Amino acid sequence: MQAAKDPAVQEHHALAGDRQDLPVIAPGHTLSSITDKITSIVLRRDTPLAWAASLAFASTGLFFLAISIAWLLAKGTGVWGINNEVGWGFAIINFVWWIGIGHAGTLISAILLLLNQQWRTSINRAAEAMTLFAVACAGMFPLLHVGRPWLAFWLFPIPNTMGVWPQFRSPLLWDVFAVSTYATVSALFWFTGLIPDLATLRDQAKHIWAKRAFGMLALGWRGAAKHWERYEVAYLILAGLSTPLVVSVHTVVSFDFAVSIVPGWHATILPPYFVAGAIYSGFAMVLTLMIPLRSVYGLKDFITDRHLNNMAKVMLATGLIVAYGYVMEAFYAWYSGAPYELAMINNRMFGDAWKSYWALILFNVLIPQLLWFRKVRLNPVTLFMISIVVNIGMWLERYVIVVTSLERDFMPSAWADYYPTKWDVMLYVGTVGFFFFAFFLFIRFLPVIAVFEMRTLVPARDPSAKKGVGATTSSNKEGAHP
Amino acid sequence: MHHETPTLYGVLAEFGSADELVEACKRVKAAGYEKVEAYSPLPLPEVGHALGHTTKLSSLIFCGGMTGALTGFGMQTWISVIDYPLNVGGRPFFSWPSFIVITFEMTVLFSALTAVIGMIALNGLPQPYHPLFNSAAFERASRNRFFLCIEAADPRFDLAEAKKVLASTQPLLVEEVPH
Repeated sequence: MQAAKDPAVQEHHALAGDRQDLPVIAPGHTLSSITDKITSIVLRRDTPLAWAASLAFASTGLFFLAISIAWLLAKGTGVWGINNEVGWGFAIINFVWWIGIGHAGTLISAILLLLNQQWRTSINRAAEAMTLFAVACAGMFPLLHVGRPWLAFWLFPIPNTMGVWPQFRSPLLWDVFAVSTYATVSALFWFTGLIPDLATLRDQAKHIWAKRAFGMLALGWRGAAKHWERYEVAYLILAGLSTPLVVSVHTVVSFDFAVSIVPGWHATILPPYFVAGAIYSGFAMVLTLMIPLRSVYGLKDFITDRHLNNMAKVMLATGLIVAYGYVMEAFYAWYSGAPYELAMINNRMFGDAWKSYWALILFNVLIPQLLWFRKVRLNPVTLFMISIVVNIGMWLERYVIVVTSLERDFMPSAWADYYPTKWDVMLYVGTVGFFFFAFFLFIRFLPVIAVFEMRTLVPARDPSAKKGVGATTSSNKEGAHP
Repeated sequence: MHHETPTLYGVLAEFGSADELVEACKRVKAAGYEKVEAYSPLPLPEVGHALGHTTKLSSLIFCGGMTGALTGFGMQTWISVIDYPLNVGGRPFFSWPSFIVITFEMTVLFSALTAVIGMIALNGLPQPYHPLFNSAAFERASRNRFFLCIEAADPRFDLAEAKKVLASTQPLLVEEVPH
């Protein structure tokens, strides 16, 4: 980290061209300017009208969420489009889509930390918040899909009245442990990262209740060297734990499919292909959130073109892995010679749902190839549009995997069509609303950028501190300084 | 002098840069003080080294992780082999490969909980009140300034002497912090 500030190293980086010529932070920032700029978003007394309007708009989604959940609980899962053959439908599509989105946050905060990538610093906080809210949305679907969520504790390792336990050889139970661990660890990681910034907010806040609220949340953090020492150990180990965890979570999600014998699901390519797809869609969502965020809140000094460029590159790379997955799926089907596998891929490409399949190829494979061009990566408008396209494409991918495989499995007598109902759609829209509602609240009440980590990117010096000016030896118990 | 000691927490010095703080830490340690703590708005490993801080948190986390692994594997084995053996597709009761996923998740869960709870507990947090919060200057410790405190609990502590040592490090400010 220190090395990057060395002028010789910077010059070397400038010569390295595209990789390093865009700064991770605009020049001229100091410890105090970083602190003031980021905390002012939280501590300003006037609430921006645009923020209130956005929150109100997102809260209409909450309304849909409440209505669709209430109707579901009153009537049962029959209000959804699922049937005997296609038992998974929207609930599982949306579960996989949301949890995949969450994975980019963990990748940015944990894996890029271990790889010592400085550019993660200004985006990790918001990306982790995104993870948390996305996992909350994801969790709702399996919970509601069980039909009677108040009995969800049947999934916990508790014997029933006849002494039978949940089945530990089932990937569905592995998923319960993987997702709940992931949610817990993501929340711990996020809160741990927030503690020093909450202390900053406590000290910067003028209003007594803001001071008290942040003071309570900051746990009395005071930046002692001994505390930082343990903090750094805990944070680094959390990153080290989250890295295999995030890979395991989407691997286990893919096991839900791959361990079954359904054609189109039963493939060894699924775990790596699911993990890459998760990171792909997650980076798309990070860009969808960050591009407007940085212009609305004037954070272009901190979330620079370098960040957009790098995130676009990660998207391009993971997108290519996903494309490889699509090719391999088709190849396996052909090479296996198994009639059911061949029928499956034939149905996906040329069957009733062919439009979804080719739309996902267009959205996930073809359009993102534009990211090879630096001009496209550095243009926020095109990048934003591509991120939306990938979000849609990755949703379609899960639709194709879940629905087309179940619609046409082994026996024609077990074939059925799946059509989502308005309640399916409303619940999905509801979770999108919930996600943005939570994210808008986060923007207003917590620092969207990790202040203390940003401080490590500038010289650890206060240029305004002049020797002798404030140097008074005081025995005043209230403290001599204003 | 003597009657004041119980009400005094320590003497606090403020610095404008991390380098000055590191320098001051070394000088105060060299003067023989033991109960000394530095405060900064960002993690500074050099300061921890200068003050001789170490932590055993990582060993604690390792123990937490091992507990998680044993709990996860033990729970599944006990349930599937001893408490209610259930024949699923003719697999052996002790079908350990299928227990690996949950064992791993429990390892991560226990380690992460140990890391965060351990960090907070060893740091003595939550601690809503601390004498240093009596200092108005100390609010800058979470913004842009660096602080060093010689605590009155130090066996060698003498108010005049401590002030003199801190003043010799050319701080921006030296002040007494009451309890």
